This record gives sequence, structure tokens and C-alpha cells, in this order.
Amino acid sequence: MPDGGSTGIGASVKRKEDYRFLVGEGNYTDDINRPNQTYTYMLRSSSAHAKFSIDTSKASKANGVVKIFVGTDMEVGSIPCGWQVDSKDGTPMREPAHPPIAKDKVRYVGEIIAVIIAESLEDAKNAAELVDVNYDDIPVIIDMQDALDNSKGLVHDEIDSNVCYDWELGDSEAVDKAISEAAHITSLDIRNNRLIPNAMETRSAIGDYEHATGQYTLYTTSQNPHVIRLLMGAFVLGLPEHKLRVIAPDVGGGFGSKIFHYAEEAIVTWASNKIRRPVKWTSDRSEAFISDAHGRDHVTSVKLALDKDGKFLALKVDTLANMGAYLSTFASSVPTYLYATLLAGTYTTPAIHCNVKSIFTNTVPVDAYRGAGRPEATYLIERIVDKAAREMGISQVEIRRKNFIPVDAFPYQTPVALQYDSGNYNATLDAALKKADYEGFAARKADSAKRGMLRGIGFSTYLEACGIAPSAVVGSLGARAGLFECAEVRVHPTGSVTVFTGSHSHGQGHETTFAQLVSEKLGISTDMVEISHGDTNNIPFGMGTYGSRSLAVGGEAIVKAMDKVIAKAKKIAAHIMEASADDIELNNGNFEIAGTDKSMSLADISLAAYVPHNYPHEELEPGLDEKAFYDPLNFTYPGGCHICEVEINPNTGEVKVEGMTAVDDVGKVINPMIVEGQIHGGLAQGIGQALLENAAYDNNGQLLSGSYMDYAMPRADNFVDFKVGNEVTLCTHNSLGVKGCGEVGAIGSPPAVINAVVDALSELGVDDISMPATSEKVWNAINQAKNKN
Amino acid sequence: MYELQYSKPSSVNDAVAEVKNSSDAKFLAGGMTMIPTLKARLSSADLLVDLKGSNLSNISVSSSEVVVGSMTRHCDVASSNDIKGSLPALAKLAGGIGDHMVRSCGTIGGSLANNDPAACYPSAVLALDATVVTNERSILAADFFEGMFETALNEDEIITEIKFPIPEKASYIKFPNPASRYAMVGVFMVKKTDEISVAVTGAGENGVFRCKEIEDVLNSNFSLDALDNIQISDDNLTSDIHASAAYRANLIKEMAKKGLKDLI
Ligand SMILES: Cc1cc2nc3c(=O)[nH]c(=O)nc-3n(C[C@H](O)[C@H](O)[C@H](O)COP(=O)(O)OP(=O)(O)OC[C@H]3O[C@@H](n4cnc5c(N)ncnc54)[C@H](O)[C@@H]3O)c2cc1C
Repeated sequence: MPDGGSTGIGASVKRKEDYRFLVGEGNYTDDINRPNQTYTYMLRSSSAHAKFSIDTSKASKANGVVKIFVGTDMEVGSIPCGWQVDSKDGTPMREPAHPPIAKDKVRYVGEIIAVIIAESLEDAKNAAELVDVNYDDIPVIIDMQDALDNSKGLVHDEIDSNVCYDWELGDSEAVDKAISEAAHITSLDIRNNRLIPNAMETRSAIGDYEHATGQYTLYTTSQNPHVIRLLMGAFVLGLPEHKLRVIAPDVGGGFGSKIFHYAEEAIVTWASNKIRRPVKWTSDRSEAFISDAHGRDHVTSVKLALDKDGKFLALKVDTLANMGAYLSTFASSVPTYLYATLLAGTYTTPAIHCNVKSIFTNTVPVDAYRGAGRPEATYLIERIVDKAAREMGISQVEIRRKNFIPVDAFPYQTPVALQYDSGNYNATLDAALKKADYEGFAARKADSAKRGMLRGIGFSTYLEACGIAPSAVVGSLGARAGLFECAEVRVHPTGSVTVFTGSHSHGQGHETTFAQLVSEKLGISTDMVEISHGDTNNIPFGMGTYGSRSLAVGGEAIVKAMDKVIAKAKKIAAHIMEASADDIELNNGNFEIAGTDKSMSLADISLAAYVPHNYPHEELEPGLDEKAFYDPLNFTYPGGCHICEVEINPNTGEVKVEGMTAVDDVGKVINPMIVEGQIHGGLAQGIGQALLENAAYDNNGQLLSGSYMDYAMPRADNFVDFKVGNEVTLCTHNSLGVKGCGEVGAIGSPPAVINAVVDALSELGVDDISMPATSEKVWNAINQAKNKN
Repeated sequence: MYELQYSKPSSVNDAVAEVKNSSDAKFLAGGMTMIPTLKARLSSADLLVDLKGSNLSNISVSSSEVVVGSMTRHCDVASSNDIKGSLPALAKLAGGIGDHMVRSCGTIGGSLANNDPAACYPSAVLALDATVVTNERSILAADFFEGMFETALNEDEIITEIKFPIPEKASYIKFPNPASRYAMVGVFMVKKTDEISVAVTGAGENGVFRCKEIEDVLNSNFSLDALDNIQISDDNLTSDIHASAAYRANLIKEMAKKGLKDLI
């Protein structure tokens, strides 16, 4: 029995939201239609780098065209970046202008060059074919090494370099000294492959300006409507909050790609005023490939110094991080504060230094994607540890145990700014070894060998920082926003509850998990609770959902609001039952006078609060409706152990995942089924990154993997049944003890998969393979190793 | 999609007449290729003539021949007991095309008319020396495929059925492209009374082709290990982001090695 009755904390309550999705009655942005609405086709650049001129005169006369806008028509603010990162010499990052519609120069294939608004989408598309665009091509910069050489050209003429910033964290002197003295150095060059998020629902936006009131409404596929209201309202269009309502209704997946403020949102909002009609845009899948922010794309060289026993002494990391052509909303923070701060991982490495140059290229902007910086950090740590173990002849398990932060060392201050509050890395490792039947591996490998197959096992004992984030901390690091969360808990007169949360659910199951918090605390069933989110007019405030923050930050705000509700309810109960509020105890939804049989239910009290005939008016306002903001004291630090087992056909290089075990410590688990689902999804994306997915550009800046014919999305048959477990250490700085589970699967798993592939090939002398480890790459590695031997 | 008209005539003759009478009409079968290309505006038509009404989806099997109507869907070929009994490799091939939706809509005629260089059926047609029958003539497999997306068909010619001679044994082994799941390499092997024939799809720069290198080896030494040490040339093989020509050459060998087990 879960702690809080049948629908409280710990119960696998079925997801309340799923019924409407399963019967096809979700309400997504594209399902919304406004009276007199127009349809937009975004004409996008087919050139990756060019000066261009554009003539829309013929298109403007085409059937059904309402209006065509080009860049010079839309004189508004630049699309802002939400985080300022300073270079190590103290200069602020280079922040080139980012107009919603390109004016005279395009910088990536997919950039908007004209907005065609018509009575129907087909009319708009027909007109788009009549727009005359003349491209005067400029040399294209795709490779980050090329970008470092100014003579190869500049993505932005107005800044003198393609380097956005040259940033560092950690003690380089200490690291260099340790490296010069160490018994062993392991080195590795790593590419963290560029990914395309591929949320199931493509982006969509409707701008709706009401002339009579001067009120703007933007319906949009967003993970954080208030943030969009702020970024677009304040920075791009100059609209005050009270005149701008942003609604993010049901959203079909985001994985980070729907955090950011995109040009299309500003365009439809602005245009709906210009043409005095609602303006709708919905991305098609091909468009999504070249207009949704991509993820990852790092090139890194890493060195690990070890003493003769395999103790880590120092880690040195040099990274080039691709920004694409413009700075997307959180792009600058991903390869810095969400990356370098993670480089201690689960280990006691005493000295760490990381240098990051982030680079503009003629590619789609790159920003946060499930894990955002932490998968990149985890990948390099767990790969270099794996390689070091092989080089030194220490087992993968032993080298990790040797270097784990011990349980009694918490709170643990890392050399890269973070202070971990809790964790037990041996516990997750032990549980995972058992679940993965590590002991049976040798026999399984022998069996594979009998069949001519290579078998390998790979580990990742990772950690991540989520529950983003303490505002004062991130503010001191350049964040241009706070990262608190807000909630309002409204107890209705008859005792049911609506929670208004600033978190946004786009697949995570908040409508269930958050309802379970209420069930637990107030002692009512989740059926009596509704979770409302996604509308700036309903929700007091919100910073949204990303960085596995919804429960640890958003959930805590709900708890704080409930605490206020309970405190007030006790006073009301005390008044009515003629007792002292201090003597009232809340048990299973009943407010009882301790030591007596007198009690009132929540419904009794809320009725009294809204029909306040017998009520302490001198002391309390009527009503039972409380709001709270919560700003976390620290990040939260989930961690765990992922173990992957693969079998490789040496003749074809095919890699088959034979086992995937994940034992994670995500803190207190509210709904085990939902947590398991989140981990499954994350593992799927992690395995996808490791074996299949890759956004490939040619030298002209054309995206070669621009559809599912060429971009390999993982499917169910790429996987095995995942073995998922959890080991709990509580977060020490929030009341629920929760850490976050949304990203761990995608963060922890890629190195486990690659380590398994390398393990299988290690008998041939292979010690690295890059992601994605396609069958051809593996086959090549086998051949090269054979030729060497 | 550009605006277009749609019709569903009730006979092959009417369908041909409708196409002849209009300036830019196209036949529509399962639509699995046609509809996405129309939607992406990569193709256009003033009229789509749907062949679903033309009664072209029969399967008949005799002792020497499997005859499949051009509008027969992949799922129907895959589940036909007659085909499974007499030419199981063909049923297996059809069952491995795309996903459920593609198999429940896509047709053999559409697949052959389209002649995608990574499609599965062309390899079966070529290796089995099948005959493609149209409303006008019978075309031998060797004459039908003319390169990537190119066939001997005229604009207003309809494939009506495909006649597959039943061999002693046949096999189809596919190495799917990890993204599209079309064939990165597909090898269809046939043991006829007097010879072995092998056709390869997914790999050729000019679409499906007969693989003489393998055929020659097997015609002189039809044994399980005959292919173990052959080296397939990568001349005229495709290189793309998924696989180099050299890797495709290796896959041809490996798929053929597997397929050979089914023949022996
Ligand atoms: C997701 C996906 C995965 C796929 N995977 C595979 C795979 O693994 N292997 C594989 O082989 N194929 C695959 N296909 C292709 C699919 O099997 C269809 O065979 C193919 O799309 C064409 O068949 P259709 O019946 O849909 O034809 P349509 O799309 O309707 O037509 C295709 C073309 O053929 C013409 N045409 C159709 N019928 C005739 C006829 N009887 N006579 C003359 N011309 C005709 C049409 O005018 C059109 O030009 C896949 C398709 C998709 C969408």
C-alpha cells in the first residue's frame, strides 16, 4: 500500500490524461481554429549562406493571398538568447542579431525569408512558388574547425569571429600539474553527434489579435508559455504582459525543442495585428527537420590522469560546441553551465578543467535536447573511464568503485561548482549488476562466440544535475531569468481541487503525478483533483517544464501552496469546532481535534470558507485558494547505473542490443509506472543516439538526413525489454525528497551502449567507435583492426 | 498537394482511356509512394486514376506459375497460402516490406512501376525471370527495369499482372536501411533446374541487377561454403550516408551467404 492511500505517493495510478489522447480528443494547437483565420506558409531559404534579394510582386497577386511579408517589413526586436555567457577574458559572448525573417542574408537552410499568408495553406504554398528569390552564395561553414579559421569566412559579418565565446571552468594549473605527474594518462577524441528532436507533434502557432481590446493571444506548442510571453513580449514585439496571452494547450512531446522562442511565434502574433485576422502556421515534418532546434553536436578532446592504482587525479576537457547559425534561447548555457559543471560525474576526481568554444556555423540552431549538456558530459566521462580501465587492466566495475564519491562524503563539493546533496553510487551499481546478471555474462559471451558472434557489456555510472534551478545561482552565472516555479491550489466549495501549475505537461503525466501529491497531502482521491496548466491567463506564473524540474520545483510549489491551504483550513476548523488551531491534526483527509472524536472533512471546511456564516472574519479572508512560489535551494542530483549488453555480427557489423538495464536513483518516486515510462523513453532516445540517429550535413549546408527515409529514428524492434529498477536516496533540500527522472534515461545510456560495443570489439584491439555506431562503422573498425593485426 | 481530380474507373480499359484523355493524369495504386510525393509537391497530376476498381487483385497458382494481379497488396501476397506453398520466398519478401500500413495499402504493381532502387519486389521479378503483363503486352523481367525509377512502361500503360515461374527453390534476404527500412541490400536467389540466378536490390547505382559474380560461382560450385571467400566488386554500387559501395558489396556477399542456406 502506498504511503498516501490508493492514489497517493507511491501508487502507480493510471495516467488521467491518457483517455482523451487515446480516443483522439486531445486538443493540440493545430486542432484549434479561430474565426476568419488565415493560413501561413513560411518560405525558407534553400541556400545555407547567401546574400539574397526577393521579389514577391507576382506572388502577392496569386489566388487567395492575403498578405506577404519579407524581412524588411517586420522591424521588431531580435529573437533573444536567455543566457549570457562571458568568455574567460571577461568579454560577453558575441550575440549576433536574429531577425524573425531574414532581411538580406541567409545563414542556414531553413531560415525564413518570406511569410505568405493566404485563405488556405494550399493557396499560400502555390503563391510561394511564385516568389522570386535570387541567392548570391557565400562560402558555407559547416565544420567547426573550419569556423575557427576566419579566412574561411564569417557566419555573421557584424561580429569579427565565428566563436560565440571561449569559456572555461575549473583549475587549469592544477589539472596540468596533475597530468604532468600522473602515472597514467588516457586520451580520447569524441564527437557527440547532432540530433534532431522529432517530437511526435510538429510545432504550430496561431496569432490572434483582437482589435477592439488590443489583446493578443498566441496559441503555441510550447513547454513554457510564460517564458514565451516574456521573451516574445518584452524582447521581440514590445507587448506588455497584460495584453498578451500565451496558451500552450495539449503538446505532443517536446524533449527540449519546444522550450525556445521561435521566429514563427513572433511572426504569427505580429502579423495577426497587421492583417487584423488570426494567422495560423503548422510545421510539416520536413519543415521540422530544418526549423526545430537541433541537439548535441560537440567535438571534444579529453584527457584523464590516473595514479598507478587507477585513482582519478585530473580531467582535462576541450570542447567545440556547435551553436548553428543563431543563438537559440538556451543555446549558450547548454555546453557551459549544464555541461562543464557535470564533469565530476560520480567520481572524486580532484582537479577538473574544461574549455569550451562555442561556434557559429551555417546550420540550424542547436539548443537543449533531452538532457542538454549532461548527456555530452556523461558520455565523455564514461567513455574515458572505460578506456582508462582497459588501458590499465582494471575491471570496469572496479575502476568505478575505486573512484566513486563515498556515501559518507555527502554533501559533496565538486571542483566544478556543484555541491551534490545525496547519492549512493555503489547501491545503484550493485543492483544493476544483479539485474543485468553480470555473473552470467561470461557464459553468454561464450555462447555468442560459438555462433561466431562478438558480445560485449558496457557500463555507465552516471550522475546528472536537474531540478533546474536556484535562481540566485543561475543569475550569477548569466541566466536572464529566474528558475523558480509557481502553483495555486484552489479548493472548491464542495471540496474538489484544481491545481494551477506553471509546469507544463507534454507527455510527462503531470495531470496524474501532481494530482497524487494532492491526494497524499489532502487525503482526497486523484479523481477529485484537476491539474490546469499551459495558459498565462489561468496560471499565476510559470517557468515551464525542462531540465527535469517539474516535480522537484513545480511539485514543491504545489506542496507549499497546499501547506498554506492546510494551515488556513486548520484555523477554519479550529474556529468551527471551537478548538485551538495547534490542536488540529490532518489525518486521511480529516481535520481532527487531537485526542477527541471531533473532526471535519476538507469539504466541510471549504464549504464553510465559501459560505462563511460561521467564520473567523477578523482573522481570515473567506475562500480556500492559496498560491506559492518555490525557488529551489540547489540542483537535484539523480544518478545511477546503466548496463548495456550487445551482440555484434562481425561479418556485417550489425549491433544488436541484447540487454539494457537501468537502475536509477531519482529520489522519492511518486508514481512508479510513470517513472518507468519516462526511463523507457529516455533509454530509447539514448540508444537511438548511440546506434542510429545522426543529423548529417553536406559541405554545402544541405541537411542530408532531412526525412525519416534518411534520419534513423529508433523503433521498438531496435530494443529489448528494458530492465528498470530504482534505489532511493532522498533529495535533502526539498520536502518531497524528489530528484527528477525525465532525462536520466537519455543521459546515462549512450556511453553504456558504446562501451558495450567497444567491449565486444576490444578483443580485436578496437578501443573507440563514434556515435552512432552504425553497422558500417563497426564493420570498418573490425576490418581495420584485422588489417593491423 | 496541387489541386487535382480523382476518379475510380471500373475497368482497365476505362482507366487507360481516362489517362489518355487527360494531359497529366497518373495511375494511383496503394498510394504509398504517390501520395507522399504529391503532398510534398515533388510530383503533380491533373487527374489521379485509381486502379482499385479495375479488378486486378487476384492471386492464382498453378503447378508451374504464380500469377499475381498488379493491385494485390503486399499483405495479401504475404498471407496467401498458395504462394506460401509454392513460392515462399515471395511471401516472405512481401511480409518484410515497410510496416503494417504500407503492406495493407502498397501493391506489387505500384512497387514495380515505381522501380525504387531500394524496393524489394524488383529483385524477385528479375531473379525469377518473371513476366510483367500490361494491358498492351508482356514484358520480360530482363527488359522491364531500365534504371533507377525507370521502367519499360509507357505513360498510359497499366501493369495488370505478374507471372512468376515456380523454381525449385528461392530465397530472399534483406538488410534493411536503418532509417527507411527499405533494402540497403536485398538479395533474391533462385535455384532453377539448370542454373542459379541472383538479383540484388538496394545496392546498384542503376537499380536492381543480376549479380553475375555470385551466379558464376554457384553455377560451378553449388555448395554451402562456395561464397565464403568471394569478393564482390563495388563498381557501380551506391554510396550514400547510410553505406559506402564497399560496405554494400560486403552486404551482398553476406546476404547471399545466408540466402544460400535456404537454397541448399
Ligand atoms: C514507410 C514506407 C516503407 C516502405 N518500405 C518498403 C520496403 O521495405 N520495400 C519495398 O519494396 N517497398 C517499400 N515501400 C514502398 C511500398 O511498398 C509500395 O510498393 C510503393 O510505395 C508503391 O506501391 P503503391 O501500390 O503504393 O503505388 P502508388 O504509390 O499508388 O504508385 C506508385 C507509382 O506507380 C504507378 N502505378 C501504380 N500501379 C500501377 C500499375 N498497375 N500500372 C502502372 N503504373 C502503376 C503510379 O502511377 C505511381 O507512379 C515503402 C513505402 C513506405 C511509405
